[in-house]
Amino acid sequence: MSATFLGIPPFPEAARAAVNDSRLRHNLRKATHTIRDKRGAVVTELEDDWERLRSEGAAIKSHTLRHLDHYLEQLEASVERAGGHVHWAADAEEANEIVTRLVRATGETDVVKVKSMATQEIELNNALAEAGITAYETDLAELIVQLGDDLPSHILVPAIHLGRAQIRETFLAQMAEWGVPAPEGLTDDPRALAEAARVHLRERFLRTRTAISGANFAVADSGTLVVLESEGNGRMCLTLPETLISVVGIEKIVPTWADLEVFLQTLPRSSTGERMNPYTSTWTGVTPGDGPQEFHLVLLDNGRTDVLADTVGRQALRCIRCSACLNTCPVYERTGGHAYGSVYPGPIGAILTPQLRGMSSEVDEALPYASSLCGACYEVCPVAIDIPEVLVHLREEVAAGSGHLGEKAVMKGAEAVLGSSHALEAAQRAAGAARNLVPRHLPGMAGAWTDTRDLPDVPAESFRQWWNKHEKGQS
Amino acid sequence: MSTSRERVLARVRAALTDVPADEPVVRPVERPYADSHGMGAALEVLEDRLRDYKALVRRVPADRLAEEVAAALERRGASTVAVPDGIDADWFSRTEAVRRPDSRDRPLELRELDSVDGVVTACAVAIAETGTIVLDGGPDQGRRAITLVPDYHLCVVRADQVVDGVPQGVRRLDPARPLTWISGPSATSDIELNRVEGVHGPRTLEVLLVE
Ligand code: SF4
Repeated sequence: MSATFLGIPPFPEAARAAVNDSRLRHNLRKATHTIRDKRGAVVTELEDDWERLRSEGAAIKSHTLRHLDHYLEQLEASVERAGGHVHWAADAEEANEIVTRLVRATGETDVVKVKSMATQEIELNNALAEAGITAYETDLAELIVQLGDDLPSHILVPAIHLGRAQIRETFLAQMAEWGVPAPEGLTDDPRALAEAARVHLRERFLRTRTAISGANFAVADSGTLVVLESEGNGRMCLTLPETLISVVGIEKIVPTWADLEVFLQTLPRSSTGERMNPYTSTWTGVTPGDGPQEFHLVLLDNGRTDVLADTVGRQALRCIRCSACLNTCPVYERTGGHAYGSVYPGPIGAILTPQLRGMSSEVDEALPYASSLCGACYEVCPVAIDIPEVLVHLREEVAAGSGHLGEKAVMKGAEAVLGSSHALEAAQRAAGAARNLVPRHLPGMAGAWTDTRDLPDVPAESFRQWWNKHEKGQS
Repeated sequence: MSTSRERVLARVRAALTDVPADEPVVRPVERPYADSHGMGAALEVLEDRLRDYKALVRRVPADRLAEEVAAALERRGASTVAVPDGIDADWFSRTEAVRRPDSRDRPLELRELDSVDGVVTACAVAIAETGTIVLDGGPDQGRRAITLVPDYHLCVVRADQVVDGVPQGVRRLDPARPLTWISGPSATSDIELNRVEGVHGPRTLEVLLVE
């Protein structure tokens, strides 16, 4: 049984502990700053076209969501026409049952997995383990998390909270238990660590006959599924096994093949900061004689239709999971991903998790406050999700609801993250000035919260400039 | 299963009551973005991007392709290579390397693919701006497994297969075919977010750009 997010304390408490962990903060700072710089360079390279791609990406996704029933039925028909089978899962339990049944039908007890947020969200590995099926994660960062019985802390790089020395320790201690052991004398050189992963998984890829994946996109008109990756573990899983089961959230649909012209530009540049990721695989149903001859698509709701029903919150379903909002977020940089208590951390997690789970706990109610509303997440988002707008909207919901948490307690958590209440106030003022999208006065309870912090003198510099200066002053 | 299907679809419809009934379902494709970004002559840009990804690249005149294939395999020390059975036999007229042909009807065993020294294929499309080569499973590119399991991939790209930008590449491709987009050798950014080449896919990608 692998680790779960159950029992993680609400954000303020979890964040305070994380902020005090200096090794974690060092790892996160180093990694997020590396990726920010790379992303900045490849986005700037496209000049004005970046904004056009960004708004087109947002428009495609918004349109799809507004007609999701139509596109779901079209996708189903296209996949079946191409020889695939389509299953529908209303919730996590149902999805896990379907996948377990499909794996059982193959007679296999081992499956290889490509990194997938949807299967993490439904905790598929635990469900399979209960049925006596072992799921082997093959993405390097997922492997590190699985071997270390750890939790993912980032959408793209689930082991971002770990430095090379910690990864080496995990490999040396755990690889033997799961399969081929780590080589003796393994160093913490990233090349050596990557090589150890290659050797560890090689036999597994050549032997395993069933694979489980997610997908970055599902194209309704052609029935094509798309997976972007770097290492080749995705290709191994999507190509070598006999049976492939893909668990895909219903919001992953794009209407036409041509829509990929946009997303195959924006996703790699925004996520790993590369012009293109090393490998992208696309497949349409089954190709006789090439790749898995049995293909199952499991369409997952699990709270997505609740998000869809909220006309403000709906935009969160546009997310293409690039992780740029995490990498740029001053709060995430300090707390890391675990504090968010869900597989979706960072700014997108703060709006998606409470909506998916229906604001059902203190953890969920604290999440909309896990932000300074600075707006950096919106600026980098390749599908222009106005995360601050949704945060404010959800805060109102918390304030209006029965309330598990006092707002004061939540704010104390935010202070712990950002250092002082003064820093937080300045951040919010600067944010409001930098972008008029965060209204200065808000209705209802959220209004009372903003009013007390609404000061007339507005800094001339943008929030980012202010933040950079503030940070330099501290280090 | 049909009950879950109906349940999910009903929930989707109930969530969308704000959408006017007469809002068109089909969105006109207007493509307000650029086809490419004027980054330079396609072959130069492609070569630059491939080198940036640490791929090996050589520009070769068409009439010297057989010599260049032979030279590349020799430099690599590849004496046995997998090839798709529809590949141009002329490309191999100057090499002594043994070819193991593969096809959908007569596929090589995985163990055999794991033991050859490399694989040689053509491609369907190449995209200069992103340094991307796309394979579409055509007769001169073969099954997806053959370009995945061997550790060395020698890929021949003809100048007329190269486009500037991603949108142009997408338009040339047929989604019904299984596609593999390759941008450099396999790599990972999972350790401290730095790119390291060489994980599960071929660790060496060599490209012959034929002019
Ligand atoms: S919300 Fe936007 S920036 Fe954040 S992961 Fe999703 S697509 Fe990327």
